Amino acid sequence: MSTLRALAKAQALAAGVAQPVATVRHLHLSPRPLVLVPLAMAGEANAPLAALVGTAPGDARLLIVPQPRNRDQRFAFAAELAGIVLPYLDSFRGVSEAVAVDRGRDVRYRYVDAPQLLLPNPGGLAFLRLFGRSTRFRRPDGEYPVHPSVPLLGRWLTFFAERAEHPGSSALLAMTEALTLHWATGQSAVEDLHLPAVLGWLDPPPGLDGARAAARAEDPAVCPPAGPATDPEFDNKVLAPAIAAYTDAADDETARRSAYAELELALRGQLAPTWELMWRGVGLLAALPPGARVEGRWAGDRDAFTSHAEHVDAGGGPQPRRDGAVAAAVRLHRLERAGTSYAVQRAYDDPLVMAEHRLTGEAFVADVTLADPRRVDDTGKRPVLRPRIQVVTTEPVAVPVGATLYSTARPGQKAKVVFLTPAADGKTEVVLELSGGMGRGLTAPPGTVPEVGERLSLTTLSDAFLPAGAFPDPAETPWTHGGPPAAATFDQALGPADPPGAGAGAGAGAGVGAGVGVGAGVASTPVVGPSDGDPAEDWA
Amino acid sequence: MTSTAQRLAEIRGDVPPRRHNARTIAALTGNPGCARRAVLDSAGVDKPKLAERVGFPARFGQSRFAITRGNTFEAQVKADGGAELLRLVAERLGVDPGGPATWTDLGADDRPGQSGQSGQPDRSARSRAALAAAAPTGAGEQAALFDHPLLGLDVAGQRVHLEPDLVAARLAGRFHVVEVKSFPVIDGQADPGKVAAAAIQSAVYVLALRELLAAEGHDPELVSSDVLLVCPRDFANQPVASLVDVRKQLLVLRRQLDRMARIDDLLAGVPAGFTADPAADPADLRRSLLSVPARYAPDCLAACELAYFCRHATRAETATLGRPVREALGGVATVAEALALAGGEHSGQPEQAEAAALLRAAARLRADALAGRPA
Ligand code: SF4
Repeated sequence: MSTLRALAKAQALAAGVAQPVATVRHLHLSPRPLVLVPLAMAGEANAPLAALVGTAPGDARLLIVPQPRNRDQRFAFAAELAGIVLPYLDSFRGVSEAVAVDRGRDVRYRYVDAPQLLLPNPGGLAFLRLFGRSTRFRRPDGEYPVHPSVPLLGRWLTFFAERAEHPGSSALLAMTEALTLHWATGQSAVEDLHLPAVLGWLDPPPGLDGARAAARAEDPAVCPPAGPATDPEFDNKVLAPAIAAYTDAADDETARRSAYAELELALRGQLAPTWELMWRGVGLLAALPPGARVEGRWAGDRDAFTSHAEHVDAGGGPQPRRDGAVAAAVRLHRLERAGTSYAVQRAYDDPLVMAEHRLTGEAFVADVTLADPRRVDDTGKRPVLRPRIQVVTTEPVAVPVGATLYSTARPGQKAKVVFLTPAADGKTEVVLELSGGMGRGLTAPPGTVPEVGERLSLTTLSDAFLPAGAFPDPAETPWTHGGPPAAATFDQALGPADPPGAGAGAGAGAGVGAGVGVGAGVASTPVVGPSDGDPAEDWA
Repeated sequence: MTSTAQRLAEIRGDVPPRRHNARTIAALTGNPGCARRAVLDSAGVDKPKLAERVGFPARFGQSRFAITRGNTFEAQVKADGGAELLRLVAERLGVDPGGPATWTDLGADDRPGQSGQSGQPDRSARSRAALAAAAPTGAGEQAALFDHPLLGLDVAGQRVHLEPDLVAARLAGRFHVVEVKSFPVIDGQADPGKVAAAAIQSAVYVLALRELLAAEGHDPELVSSDVLLVCPRDFANQPVASLVDVRKQLLVLRRQLDRMARIDDLLAGVPAGFTADPAADPADLRRSLLSVPARYAPDCLAACELAYFCRHATRAETATLGRPVREALGGVATVAEALALAGGEHSGQPEQAEAAALLRAAARLRADALAGRPA
């Protein structure tokens, strides 16, 4: 938590309403996002109960599972959801654009637009990820066939879930996170997981301040939870009798239909308020102007969408349960790079984010007082254009002589710190030597060198391309890292579980043990026995 | 009745102390620095009722779907005299079960449903006798499983009975606590919050079992600090056993129980006339509660029934926003003070100079950027 953000939170609390922490929108917002509000059955491993889904406020489709423990109904729900999601995805596969690769020697294509999924909160994202996991290995044939769209849906949901971990991606967003990226509420991070409370701070109803609106939103009787967990009171008092009535109706067609209608009504009542909040959130985000680098990051999402679509078209298999050693390392490296670049890009796009870096001394704002745009350094083999400028700042400068700075206005230009001189009134004079971004000649084209009187935002953060690390080919994974992975096929994915201890320790140590103080984490010995496709999965 | 017990009874009101279970004992470790909570828990106050009386009801409801599912899974795992359970546990521990285990249901007589105090002394004695008699003597013995042992623990000077849904498994020369939980382990990973909660609960059982053995003259270390969680695997009903090392949880628990055992120290800081009797007037109760210092943090919301009350009472404090926020604000205690320092209205105490300078700079930068300066 930066001091600037913390201060915004304190201000929000004092003012009784959320405060901006961004001046531009740092994510892409589709004009036609697919909003999905899922509910899960309490106590079950990721059993869907209901969902509202659609691409416009007035176009909510309600899907329900009248008996969430019934396996067939669960996959019928998946097929129904696929019937909405897959055509939505396909609708972005019309027009492609050519992208030059390999320094213009080659060209590849990507779709000019891509789908965007919006869910209420991180819990919703986790639900979606597991739903993808529980459906992508299913088969349309064999002993327990499912509709062919089900495994396809699973692979796409997995794609979105993986994309959501990529910093700066807008393919799948949790509304709570999208909103709190731009506004600070007067409540803690735990409370910010609750969408109704976040909107209570952002947009309190007339007559209430943020704190009161948020407290009111915490009462499930007033405001149903935004899922995927349901309100236990609702489960006990409304849902349980409604499910029982549906089950009791059995073959009595009339009774069953009315019980189904009852269930629909009850579940819609739990989902509709969140649906409405989702679109209010979309409206708030849409009112912000997009940051300059948002489009570039969205192009990355379009690339990812295009390549996954091609992978699926080419008959590629489902994503493996766990990455192999090389794939995991590559992925981690990619996420770290994306994280760094995303942080820098946001700072370049948004003076309010850059202010966080100014506070820590990684950036400062300065006025140009002297400029020598024609200076040429001829001490080397051949003369090079190296203009110098002097800037003055009132801010503390925490960079040493020799450091390289960048100006947000000219991100392609390097500015090396040559002299640092304390001046009157606590000001600092900085002499900078410029290179790059001025053409190839010995004369700088107009506008490429800052002029006297110009105000610059200078930072050590570089928006330059970060080179990728080198990793062995997966087929050459060293034995110390488990050796080459087997190809991810249906058979492998569904086959007997891992041998005792293998892999599970590492995976679970990171996952289960993380942040809970369960030092050793959990090491599992999966039972070697019927796999996921077994009827044992019919929850009794 | 000792004077301490009397004092606690006065605080609690005219009701028997609230009974603890492993969950409530585990919850004691939630915010160990909070005196308000320690006093209320030591006195066995009915906190849910108290919270309701002061106008801030807790929300710790449980869905009956979750309860049903838990019971079904547990019954499935324990079926056939625990044959499957034994196999899972032995395999996870990497030992040979050496033939079928004996199965003793120590709760058999007064189950199901009957949770009254009536059978407790009996059951307690029976559990104690059975477990002590079965204390491991070597790796060679037959495996033995004990379901529903009734255990006891001293909490704030009172004997608390625990009726855990656990199996104590004697295997390969040790006792292991085995807990059946219905949250899934998917691809080797489980919900970290649920694992953490299960681990601290299991630690309560390990502690109680160790004390039982020690009281009977056995080595408490015969109870392993590696507990086994048996959960459904992936999306199916197939059970999978996982090992969790609870040594750290044992330490935390021990520390908090010791603290509560020094109840007199704790009570010394409590004003005379302090009451938490839900029958008292709500306004008096609120005033009374506020007279004992608390240490509210957002984590309380998931751990303590009084959270909404305490949050309301500390609204003006930076800690309400979470520890990271408070730290980023230079540790300044109240929101008003942080904002005053940021606005340069006063420069604060000498030791706040650094925080004040940071906050002033932050406020200036924030205002500049919001006003569009510099372009
Ligand atoms: S909610 Fe209140 S009483 Fe409970 S632990 Fe937190 S601060 Fe203490």
